[in-house]
Amino acid sequence: MIDVLKAIGRWLDARLQIGSTIAEVAEHPVPRSSASWWYIFGSATLVVFILQVVTGICLATVYTPAADRAWDSLIYLNYQQPLGWYLRALHGWGSNFMVALMFVHMIQVFLFGAYKFPRELTWVAGCVLLLCTLGMAFTGQVLRFDQNAYWGLGIGAAVAGRTPIIGFKVVDLILGGPIIAGETLSRFFALHVFVIPALLIGFVGLHLFLVLRLGINEWPMPGRIVRRDTYLEQYQELVHKDGEPFMPFAAQKDLVFAGLIILSLLVVAAIAGPIGPNGQPDPTIIETVPRPDFFFLWLFSLFALLPPWTETVLMLTGPVAAIGLLFALPFLSGTGEKSWLRRPFSVVIVILAATTIGTLTWLGTFSPWSPVMDAWSSAPTPVDYVKGRTPLELQGALLVQSKQCRNCHSLDGQGGLRGPALDDTATRLTRDQIVRQIIQGGGNMPAYGKNLTPAEVNAIVAFLATMHPRGEPPARDSASPAVPRQD
Amino acid sequence: MTPSPEKTSRRTFLFRLGIAINAIAIGLFTIPIVGYVLSPARRFTWLDWIPLGPLTDYPEHQTRLAEYVNPFKKAWDGETAKIPCWVRRLADDQFQVFAINCTHLGCPVRWFAESELFMCPCHGGAFYSDGRHASGPPPRALYQYKYKVEAGKLWIYAGQLPTLGQPQA
Repeated sequence: MIDVLKAIGRWLDARLQIGSTIAEVAEHPVPRSSASWWYIFGSATLVVFILQVVTGICLATVYTPAADRAWDSLIYLNYQQPLGWYLRALHGWGSNFMVALMFVHMIQVFLFGAYKFPRELTWVAGCVLLLCTLGMAFTGQVLRFDQNAYWGLGIGAAVAGRTPIIGFKVVDLILGGPIIAGETLSRFFALHVFVIPALLIGFVGLHLFLVLRLGINEWPMPGRIVRRDTYLEQYQELVHKDGEPFMPFAAQKDLVFAGLIILSLLVVAAIAGPIGPNGQPDPTIIETVPRPDFFFLWLFSLFALLPPWTETVLMLTGPVAAIGLLFALPFLSGTGEKSWLRRPFSVVIVILAATTIGTLTWLGTFSPWSPVMDAWSSAPTPVDYVKGRTPLELQGALLVQSKQCRNCHSLDGQGGLRGPALDDTATRLTRDQIVRQIIQGGGNMPAYGKNLTPAEVNAIVAFLATMHPRGEPPARDSASPAVPRQD
Repeated sequence: MTPSPEKTSRRTFLFRLGIAINAIAIGLFTIPIVGYVLSPARRFTWLDWIPLGPLTDYPEHQTRLAEYVNPFKKAWDGETAKIPCWVRRLADDQFQVFAINCTHLGCPVRWFAESELFMCPCHGGAFYSDGRHASGPPPRALYQYKYKVEAGKLWIYAGQLPTLGQPQA
């Protein structure tokens, strides 16, 4: 039996001439130090990408990339197509896995100085892969053609529309016409299924070729300086003195980790199920709260929190500058120390970036800057706040609900977070200040002078003036006596 | 035998001719491709008069949600061809017709009649009943459609997604 297989192998190799190449790849020596558990994230990202191709092709056999049918075909996939729900879950969660693994891989190669001479272009190819992967994530979210996709496209168009002079033409190009409609979806389908995957496959090939040709980065030792004239020799010496064949010495850890990743993807997809779609992409359904997928949530938060006057400039130049810096990195610091122990600045950058993006993502999950659209009609007035109140104060409590104050102001933790909570208003503002704030607005609050009658303002102020914790006196005008005069 | 000079020159001539023909051919090939891909940007504006229904649909001093079908729709646009907008009737023939899109990043603003505000669900923009910016990040007032009253109907001049670069809705 084995003899037969060997014979077949010899027959094939005589014609394919590929055996020696495979052997060369498998046996190429790698530094002992790089056969580490830290070096497993790149291969795992690639494995998940391959799974994405497989599940993506399967989904394409049912999904209909036409604006009037796409949503129906997603619902069909979720509920009627046998195992459609599971393939959608695998593809959706697979994209989350891929983005996450790619970022871990990127942080690792950054901290290990792997982008330094002679691996500058390996890093550049990796940056292209980063952009392609994020491009896949965004276009994939559009193909899940639901309300979030529709309004997400609207946000993209609004950002593009801020480009000076040619903005509106760029919008037409992105949307494939004057509005978000059939041709928009078809354009994003072509990008997601043909253009970006082709780029991905090409650059993955280049990335791997460079890793093989230039050799995997050795474990960075503090004090071992990368210099253009000596590095290549040193690396060869290292690989031959203290090296091991890639197969199985380093590959075994990649294998184990990739296997575990596939298993966890299978489990996560089975438990969490497919992602969306939410409501159908009907723009006339305006009772919607559009949110992007979690890996773009930080951008969504940033758009809410940037000072408005910086927005247009930062939206248009920020990404260009950030991407430019990423690409330029190996040319700015192509030599020198590789070890993170001697590169404190790099460690700080990673910690800063991770904290910033993490915080913005966390903020995005509950977006405190957005009014809670139904708080005025659905959040109850806390019982404690109506106990023992006068009829005028109760009238005020009612107006706080009916005038939608609670969409932005919370009572007892329920309601919007856009403005300050009203629970202790009276400790911060005097009656006169409350009147002024309501009528004139300011500090990001609209002015209500035209929308409220004097009697209504009076009632609301009467109610808010009671809003101070027991034992904490209300604020008072510093110019008026501490004890009110009894005239 | 050494190749004669004539043979060499014929070879290089053919090679150069090949490159030249391909350069011209690829250049010609690129023209329709680029034209095709860029075709959505060829038209300067996408606007047309669209009826929004009889005036009786819009009581005075109120703001109502209306919808129309985009005049440039394709057969396969489905629900996305329908576009909503806010119609505010001030007096008899006096209207304000607002685009649904927030001027910050295009999310759909909602009208709250009690507090007389338009609120955006995305980044917390708010606008007064006449479309002026009230609070939040939006850089300008709500986009407005041009309108006319004709034959007892309200008409708006519409057809494209309004953005800061093309504020005419």
